[in-house]
Amino acid sequence: MTLPLRVLVAKVGLDGHDRGVKVVARARRDAGMDVIYTGLHRTPEEVVAAAVQEDVDVVGVSILSGAHMTLIPRLAALLREADADAALVVGGVIPDEDIPALKAAGAADVVLQDAPPDEVVRRVRDAAPQRAR
Amino acid sequence: MFDPDEIERIRQAREAWEASELREFLARQPEARTEFRTGSGLPVQRVYTPADVAGTPFDAIGLPGQYPFTRGPYPTMYRGRLWTMRQIAGYGTGEDTNRRFRYLIEQGQTGLSVDFDMPTLMGYDSDDPRALGEVGREGVAVDTLDDMEALFAGVDLERISVSMTINPTAWILLAMYVALARRRGLDLDRLSGTVQADILKEYVAQKEWIFPIRPSMRLMRDMIVFCADHMARYNPINISGYHISEAGATSVQEVAFTMANGIAYVEEVTRSGVPVDRFAPRLAFYFVAQADFFEEVAKFRAARRIWARIMKERFGATRPESMRLRFHCQTAAATLTKAQPLNNVVRTALQALSAVLGGAQSLHTNGLDEAYAIPSELAMKVALRTQQIIADETRVTSVVDPLGGSWYVEALTSDVEREVLAILARVDAMGGTIRAIEEGWFQREIAESAYQFARRKAAGEQVVIGVNRHVEPPEPSPVEIHRVDPEVEARQVARVQAVRRRRDGARVEALLERLVAVARDPAANLLPVTIECVEAGATLGEVVARLRDLWGSYVERPVF
Repeated sequence: MTLPLRVLVAKVGLDGHDRGVKVVARARRDAGMDVIYTGLHRTPEEVVAAAVQEDVDVVGVSILSGAHMTLIPRLAALLREADADAALVVGGVIPDEDIPALKAAGAADVVLQDAPPDEVVRRVRDAAPQRAR
Repeated sequence: MFDPDEIERIRQAREAWEASELREFLARQPEARTEFRTGSGLPVQRVYTPADVAGTPFDAIGLPGQYPFTRGPYPTMYRGRLWTMRQIAGYGTGEDTNRRFRYLIEQGQTGLSVDFDMPTLMGYDSDDPRALGEVGREGVAVDTLDDMEALFAGVDLERISVSMTINPTAWILLAMYVALARRRGLDLDRLSGTVQADILKEYVAQKEWIFPIRPSMRLMRDMIVFCADHMARYNPINISGYHISEAGATSVQEVAFTMANGIAYVEEVTRSGVPVDRFAPRLAFYFVAQADFFEEVAKFRAARRIWARIMKERFGATRPESMRLRFHCQTAAATLTKAQPLNNVVRTALQALSAVLGGAQSLHTNGLDEAYAIPSELAMKVALRTQQIIADETRVTSVVDPLGGSWYVEALTSDVEREVLAILARVDAMGGTIRAIEEGWFQREIAESAYQFARRKAAGEQVVIGVNRHVEPPEPSPVEIHRVDPEVEARQVARVQAVRRRRDGARVEALLERLVAVARDPAANLLPVTIECVEAGATLGEVVARLRDLWGSYVERPVF
């Protein structure tokens, strides 16, 4: 029997849009994952510290402030520095043309608005490291 | 409202119709669904008759400009003066947004509305590490009075009304606005406009906060009282349902939670000894226009009736102006889709029409690119033209409350009112609005509605054209999207640092110390000393930091 997937759900940046992140957090919980939600307005440093401490398989980050090109590469670099073996999945309002750069910076997947909850769950599972699937 | 014998005759006629024509028809052709509901989940009937409004006395509907204001706050409504067309704008530096303002005024816009960037909303200067990547992105960056000057350069503030979407730092922006007006030698009593300043809906829905609830409520009181004393035409608050709806609440919850917040503000100010009729006439509201057309019209009408009764019966207001709900309206951004973005123009037009038929005092129509970017100039122009077409081509403005008297709309207005009053009774039973916020009650209710909506959308029960029905392969957007100038952050950082070098540092320091001293006295009003601080060149981030040291920060226990 495999252990449930452990997922950290995080909001980085200063925006307070948490409708999507809460729906996604609940969908993952309903799908049997262990979900830890950081709450709002977190810095990349705080998110990575929580990811390490909670030993999660996936870090799901929601951002709707437009600051993703600054905050996501920074978060990915901090995860690498911390040697955290967790996949980074990004969600929110993100222009299509920014997606390749986010993936190049270390995001395993970028899930946009209008993705139904079940699709988000599936893509989080797919992004998780092999050991956790 | 009607003769009881006549109502009985209508009831019988309806029963006969159901037994004959309807029954035969349904046998041949069943309806598409077994039950029909509004966006909020209220059941709706197949058809309405006078029997459905028999319990509503005419006095509850009345005439426009008259208690309980169901039909509108003014007797002539749009026959006298159209709603204010107020497209929100904000990006980059004060100069950048000022250019967009001038463009919108040139296009026939009649009021201004400012969106601030996240650091300004959250109380960080542009050179604070927390501001990195966010400066001038979702709105305009304002650190000091200099930025405010650039923002309104060439705009006649005695002629055009200005609304500012700002909350935890609202009192600082209000102080800057006053300081700017004084610098220009303007009469404060002639300034019209609104500062959003509705902090309670931040804890509930929009989630941009700084201080704990108690000191935040004190700031609310200070703004409301300052404006009552010095700014006769200025609205010190926009009690907002919009964000509650965008966070996932139904329309019924939107009105109920907004009213609960309004009640808390009135209690806060009256508790300090200010009579209700001194400040209540300047309390303004802000609602969304959602997708369910008739429910929205009914919602606006119900909100006016509920507020009028709350003010009269609960708070003993005696001036009609204290009971008269006025509101700004914005079409629902969360209904817009990234797929097939031109469809958003149609969605927005229908939502805007419900706002006009519901009697809005000012209106923002969303840009068609709102689902994925800050609106481009073209998107904003189409949105403004949508309002102008409603105003000048459809003739819906000729008659006040044209849907009043529709058996459906009147019945739905009463249904919305009843549901809202039931929620308000629950909030009272919980010990009031602030207690319910502290317990996460509103937050949980909203998250639950948002989750149910997402499930219905995923199941296809909640149809979204282009997303779960009539889906097409993605195509590049037909509208060029607004790009943030990458140099903005550096320019704005240089600017705030230049102000810090130029000002009299000792004087600023002394004023910031006085700010803290005034803050320690809960009976004192913080506005006058804040105005002095910004006049001397204190930054927004400095003012906030001093008070954060004193009051601490709000910490949410998230629920999902």
